[in-house]
Amino acid sequence: MTPMLKSVADTAPVADAAPVQIQVRGVEKTFAVGAQKIVALQNIDLDIRKGEFVCLLGPSGCGKSTLLNAVAGFQPPTKGTVTVDGRTITEPGPDRGMVFQEYALFPWMTVAQNVAFGLEIKGMSKAEIAERVEWLLQKLHLQDFRNRFPKDLSGGMRQRVAIARVLALDSPILLMDEPFGALDALTRRTLQDELLRIWEEVGKTILFVTHSIEESIYLADRIIVMTYRPGTIKRDVVVDMPRPRDGSAPEFNRLKRELSQMVMEEQQRFSQDEIRSVTAD
Amino acid sequence: MSQAKPRFSPAALLRGSLVPVLVIALWQILSTSGLINPVVLPSPVQVVVRWWAYLLPTEAYDPAQSSWILWALSGEMLFDAWSSLYRVVLGFAVGAGLALPLGLAMGGNPRIYALFDPLMQVLRPIPPIAYIPLAILWFGLGNAPAVFLIAIGAFFPVLMNTIAGVRHVDGIYLRAARNLGAGKLTMFLRVILPAATPYILAGARIGIGTAFIVVIVSEMIAVNSGLGFRILEAREFMWSDKIIAGMFTIGLLGLAIDIGMNRLNNHLLRWHRGLEN
Ligand SMILES: Nc1ncnc2c1ncn2[C@@H]1O[C@H](COP(=O)(O)OP(=O)(O)O)[C@@H](O)[C@H]1O
Ligand SMILES: [Mg+2]
Repeated sequence: MTPMLKSVADTAPVADAAPVQIQVRGVEKTFAVGAQKIVALQNIDLDIRKGEFVCLLGPSGCGKSTLLNAVAGFQPPTKGTVTVDGRTITEPGPDRGMVFQEYALFPWMTVAQNVAFGLEIKGMSKAEIAERVEWLLQKLHLQDFRNRFPKDLSGGMRQRVAIARVLALDSPILLMDEPFGALDALTRRTLQDELLRIWEEVGKTILFVTHSIEESIYLADRIIVMTYRPGTIKRDVVVDMPRPRDGSAPEFNRLKRELSQMVMEEQQRFSQDEIRSVTAD
Repeated sequence: MSQAKPRFSPAALLRGSLVPVLVIALWQILSTSGLINPVVLPSPVQVVVRWWAYLLPTEAYDPAQSSWILWALSGEMLFDAWSSLYRVVLGFAVGAGLALPLGLAMGGNPRIYALFDPLMQVLRPIPPIAYIPLAILWFGLGNAPAVFLIAIGAFFPVLMNTIAGVRHVDGIYLRAARNLGAGKLTMFLRVILPAATPYILAGARIGIGTAFIVVIVSEMIAVNSGLGFRILEAREFMWSDKIIAGMFTIGLLGLAIDIGMNRLNNHLLRWHRGLEN
């Protein structure tokens, strides 16, 4: 094992002192597709500490979204439990703010209305909402777009609104499903930096799904590499590099090579599966 | 988008008016040639004169009686158009007002859907016009049967589209709202209803179109005012010029309603992606 790939137990990152916040125990999720049974997740055990930035990494179809949805409470697991701060998750809630790849902004609401929506649900007073929305718009550089509808925004701007919308809830946990997957490289980097800045400032626990190796190394305290069908945890990798991380640094590249190796193995199984399903048709 | 300009260029205007001008010229020649009885086909000039007379006030202006504006609006046509429009709006409001909540409930709740759907499927294919005898039997003559018929004409398009609209709400909005902590009522009023508005408004447009057809028919049968009544009345006097003038007015009112609906649509759906034309 290289020094980069230490297990959680033998490193001492900052978050180690923090208590475990998200606990996944023996989670299994199966889908019935016709007569076929797809094991999307199997034997998932995972502890995420308060304030940690964890990436779920793996090729498409390996169950990243399924795991994230189980934590979010959208899809309960077939077996096993997810607990947050000791409470078993059975349904979605504003304590676990979700950012979707498709943005999922409400197109009939303006930017400001989208950001305010969760606060209105909470029953906050008008004045408080206005103040908080203003603060968030400033923070995500959206102040000039407050009265626009989502259709008049670029992808990057839409994702800023989606982030502002969940930050408004002030939930301790952020769940993000390939949030920057549809953005161009430059916008993507800007938003990654802003996310890190916000994370360092407000100290949230972030569970972030990506299939980009670089993105996971750039962002995460820990990278959970997943296997393809059944979806299990292949490796739990601690990234112990100071931020901002330099993509051209030797240790960055060493880690990138190792992760690529792991992801490629799973990617190949995914491709073989695809070829099989195409030839079967 | 860039097609708006050339449409108003002189050449395009000329091309656009070519066929109408030819048709009117042919009509004028036919009706003045003596080949066709002017009672059957009055000349376009005669129709325009009649239309103008229909528009103008019938009584001379008397400052002691009323204000100038009231006098100017006292013509028969404006009163008829107003009567028809009033019935359309009232009937539509009743029909759509019943269809919207029922459609929301049926679209949102499978049990309510299962309860009401069989009845709706039986009633829906019956054309509103077929309710005329029943409407007269139940409500007698006057505004009530007309409003009833118009309401039926507006009801089903709005109902069907509202159900479809609620069912087609993208699940991602529901998930996002649930994640933000939305309860059932908030979900319905702030997410499902607005998400369904494109469908609902499409239904409303069909509904008001039907209502406009039904108002003309029901005025021919059940009431003594309105544009539909007026053109039928004109037939009894063999005033073919007034019949055509009245038809022309019906067309104008239909156009005005359509423009109004379009405006409303564009305003309510200003957030909608498909609307940039
Ligand atoms: N609702 C569903 N019905 C059937 N199969 C599903 C469903 N959701 C996900 N799957 C399957 O489960 C596996 C994992 O899916 P997902 O979690 O979306 O993967 P990822 O997010 O890593 O791309 C995939 O093979 C997918 O086909
Ligand atoms: Mg996914």
